[in-house]
Amino acid sequence: MIWINLKRILYSGFVNFWRNGLVSLASVLAITVSLYTIGALMIGSAFLNGIIDEIKTKVDISISFKSTADTNEIEALKKSLEALAEVKEVTLITREEEYEAFKQRHQDNALLLQSLDEVGNPFGARINVRALDPAQYESIANFLNNEEGSLSVNRSIIDQISFKKDIVDRLSRIIALIKRVGLVISTVMICLAIFATFNTITLAIYISREEISVMRLVGAGNVYVKGPFLVEGLTAGFLGTLLALFGLYPSVAWVKATTINVFGGIDLVSYYISNFPMIFLVLLSSGLALGFIASYLAVRRYTRI
Amino acid sequence: MIYFDKVSKIYNPETVALDKVSFTIEPGEFVSIVGHSGAGKTTLLKMILAEDKPSSGKVFFESVDVHSLNRFAIPKLRRRVGSVFQDFRLLPNKTAYENIAFAMEVAGRNEADIKNDVPHVLDIVGLGDRLWHFPHELSGGERQRVAIARAIINQPDLLIADEPTGSLDPDNATEVIEILKKINDLGTTIILTTHNPDVIEKIAKRVIEIENGRIKSDDKKHKIQ
Repeated sequence: MIWINLKRILYSGFVNFWRNGLVSLASVLAITVSLYTIGALMIGSAFLNGIIDEIKTKVDISISFKSTADTNEIEALKKSLEALAEVKEVTLITREEEYEAFKQRHQDNALLLQSLDEVGNPFGARINVRALDPAQYESIANFLNNEEGSLSVNRSIIDQISFKKDIVDRLSRIIALIKRVGLVISTVMICLAIFATFNTITLAIYISREEISVMRLVGAGNVYVKGPFLVEGLTAGFLGTLLALFGLYPSVAWVKATTINVFGGIDLVSYYISNFPMIFLVLLSSGLALGFIASYLAVRRYTRI
Repeated sequence: MIYFDKVSKIYNPETVALDKVSFTIEPGEFVSIVGHSGAGKTTLLKMILAEDKPSSGKVFFESVDVHSLNRFAIPKLRRRVGSVFQDFRLLPNKTAYENIAFAMEVAGRNEADIKNDVPHVLDIVGLGDRLWHFPHELSGGERQRVAIARAIINQPDLLIADEPTGSLDPDNATEVIEILKKINDLGTTIILTTHNPDVIEKIAKRVIEIENGRIKSDDKKHKIQ
């Protein structure tokens, strides 16, 4: 009997959803807007995290050597840097590599290349040091500035030590602020969207209050009265999820297209596709919960015997 | 079968819907309750269906005090009572067939019974060719006949009809009265409210007249033996 009842409630819910036409459509659209906002918040957060990560990869200490610097001494400094616990990676770019890279970059400028040939290789080698954590750059910098720390290395081979931490720190702080403000705005928007969804579904069930009273009069128990409305709510939640997912794709594609030149490293479309199962599950569970809870609260008001 | 024991319904001191009303209805009776609008007729029917609670007094359905039932028992009581209303009160999104099937489903009837009984009962009320019509595709008289079909499908012990002819033209009203009389002949107790003297005349059975929430007269001359 339970199975038959469940079958009847499911059937009735789906049929009512279909026959209610515009009212059902309004519920679906309200849920779509809520879920789209949630999805946009998730992807937007990933976007900002991506920017921060991208910026973090730009943080390094670059040590430029004089062109006359001895290769063995450079190698020695590299080894002592690699020995530091805070250091993640040390990259040595030899003066020959630097020279080739420069020629490569300016291969179309024949005049420049010609004059370079005449002068010979003016570049010095370079070492890029990357820390495990951006906070550790300070101690690496101290190590380089402290002559005792660098032990046997002759500081006179170093031409310049450049350290972009301040700019990066400032950018990171700005982005963190944007994230916090964005979170507040998104939370407010999500709350508004959920409120609108609740209102739409409440209104849809308010329209059916006469129907509910008729159901009660013919002796329908609460399960029979509420069941189809809950199924309608869940259906609206499911369809709202699909629409929100379809709506998000062109949005991320558009954001990618407009920001690719500024933030080249963050491909939101790939993020969306590779995280699709997670986004799908979050939106689906939110959509079903929204449809179910809103319907339950609304129909409860009219099913008191 | 139905016993009202000094039932009063007072909404506020100025609005007394029922004032110490007492009467008994025996099984198989066809009772018409008459009175002007606002006399308390509908309140009386609501009491039987446990839609409304008396301010004082008791309403018994057989030996059960209707208002002592808990919220799980009330739907069971309502399944034993068929209801017909002036405004039909059909489910607008369900076809004639589905409206009647719904009443059977909530009573726990199986699919085979539903497939068999619904077309049959619609045939009885003369709507065998309107199975798949929605209420808005039916005339007033047809809607009322669907409502009657729904009310009798579970073979209720009691059928209550609140101004069932109120929205119908005379021909349809006569047809509805004839159908109700047939149902009563088959043994179902019927309580009908109306303010139309023609209807009372056509039924020609027991009449309880209500005025200002009190029983003015209880004419049992047509009461069945």
